[in-house]
Amino acid sequence: MSAVYKRELHAYFTTPIGYVFCAVFLALSGAVFSYTTLFSMKADVTSYFAYMIFLLVVLIPLLTMKLFSEERRSRTEQLLLTSPVSLSGMVLGKFFAAYTLFAGCMLFAFLGFFLLYFYANVKTAVLFGNLLAVLLLGAAFTAVGLFISALTENQLAAAIGTVAILLFFVLIGFVNSLIPVFWIRFILSGISLFSRFQNFTQGVFDIAAILYYLMVCAAFLFLTVRVFDKRRWG
Amino acid sequence: MEETIKKPKEEKNAPIVCLSHLTKRYGGLVALDDVSLEIGRGEVVGLLGPNGAGKSTAMNILTGYLSADGGQAMIGGVDILTSPGEAKKQIGYLPEQPPLYPDMTVREYLHFVFSLKKCNLDREAHLADIMQGVRITEVADRLIRNLSKGYRQRVGMAEALVGDPPVLIFDEPTVGLDPKQIIEVRSLIRTLGRRHTVILSTHILSEVQAVCERIVIMNRGHVIANQKTEDLAGLINDRPRYRYRIAAPADELLRALSGKTGIAKAELLRRVSSEETELAIEFDRGVDGRRAVFSLCAASRFPILELSPIGADLEEIFLRLTGKDENKK
Repeated sequence: MSAVYKRELHAYFTTPIGYVFCAVFLALSGAVFSYTTLFSMKADVTSYFAYMIFLLVVLIPLLTMKLFSEERRSRTEQLLLTSPVSLSGMVLGKFFAAYTLFAGCMLFAFLGFFLLYFYANVKTAVLFGNLLAVLLLGAAFTAVGLFISALTENQLAAAIGTVAILLFFVLIGFVNSLIPVFWIRFILSGISLFSRFQNFTQGVFDIAAILYYLMVCAAFLFLTVRVFDKRRWG
Repeated sequence: MEETIKKPKEEKNAPIVCLSHLTKRYGGLVALDDVSLEIGRGEVVGLLGPNGAGKSTAMNILTGYLSADGGQAMIGGVDILTSPGEAKKQIGYLPEQPPLYPDMTVREYLHFVFSLKKCNLDREAHLADIMQGVRITEVADRLIRNLSKGYRQRVGMAEALVGDPPVLIFDEPTVGLDPKQIIEVRSLIRTLGRRHTVILSTHILSEVQAVCERIVIMNRGHVIANQKTEDLAGLINDRPRYRYRIAAPADELLRALSGKTGIAKAELLRRVSSEETELAIEFDRGVDGRRAVFSLCAASRFPILELSPIGADLEEIFLRLTGKDENKK
């Protein structure tokens, strides 16, 4: 797993994709941070995280789109699949490489919040609760992107597919109030990633949401392993 | 390379690769149908067959890239299905398109492969030996994307050699190379064959003849021939044929030979001059009629200038064997 992880992390910075991701992430995050706190003169940190979720819907597919699709297109997956590394090791190596870059950028952007302590009374528990939630949500998003990337050899298709699925998971919470049928509403709110995040924005540390994000992440990692397993038997 | 790649200590022909009753279907298409094959340690075996014969499927199963629907693939006594990690450590695989990352240098790439294969050897010394062995030391710090096809192929071979696996599998290793590179790669495979078991899949029949000790021919998911390279001709060459060059007018010569016992066919190849003829003589099955032809020519005072056997070439053997297999169907 560590060989795949190191190679993937290295590959982000031998191609423009890693630099583009970091630059765009930090620029957009900085803009959102300035807009939600500094310019509006508020110490409320939760709206920053709410905006960040929508940005991640677009940014995380940038990281995950090439993970497996590029390997398949250039036939390098044959090296991985015929090496002694297990399928789960290979999938986890790729996942953690993408996640490291995302989490690294997120934590770096987070340093900005320490500025607020000089000017306002920041609710530290709320701040760190939101950070944890967004880090876990990012893990779930990364796992979804990894799974989609394993399904196609076209990077663009992987990116668009991931954005579409993540948007579905996020927007479902907004749309379901318009649906008159109770049980559909119940199911949709159950799978909504965003409605679970709202508890954090209101300052509530929701353990169920944390577990939910971890489960979504594990489920998509498992599905990714199954994609390769199925292809081997195909 | 001499130090790290050791000659197998075991008996040369003890099987290291053992396929038994392998079956693989893709939907309704049977890619491998009850294929059994054993390959001994240190052998260099050529796997031949037309497209869709099942060669790649067999190799993909052997390398753990695909799983078989039935049967068993063992490498060094380890089942690839039940202990994939152990089995894969014993195989170095170079697919038709070398699995290279263009954004890495050769050195970085080989270090990555070393870690990926979880090798326990001295990293620096082992990789240096391999690079020297396949002659890529001079491009070690260049990006793979900037290398020529010949160098890329050699980097692919280096990848297969990392970890010093006893079995090497090369899929079409000379496709797209220029004649000089082809000669180099073939010579490299021959060298590797002294220390490893090599399985070579190819369409190029002369390559198999040049490099392999044994030839396995596959067609439509079956093994239709499995012979030592020099014995393969015997499979179809049922009537001995010879090419003669005799100092005699063609018509007189053919008249003298016609109807003689033991001669199945005398065929005019070329009238070299009015007094010199080249012809092919085919004797009846099991008959060596060279003495009779000598006596006949001596009696007619026709000096024999040249005599050479006409062996069936590999193309002919291949076509006739695969043709026979089609007819059986």
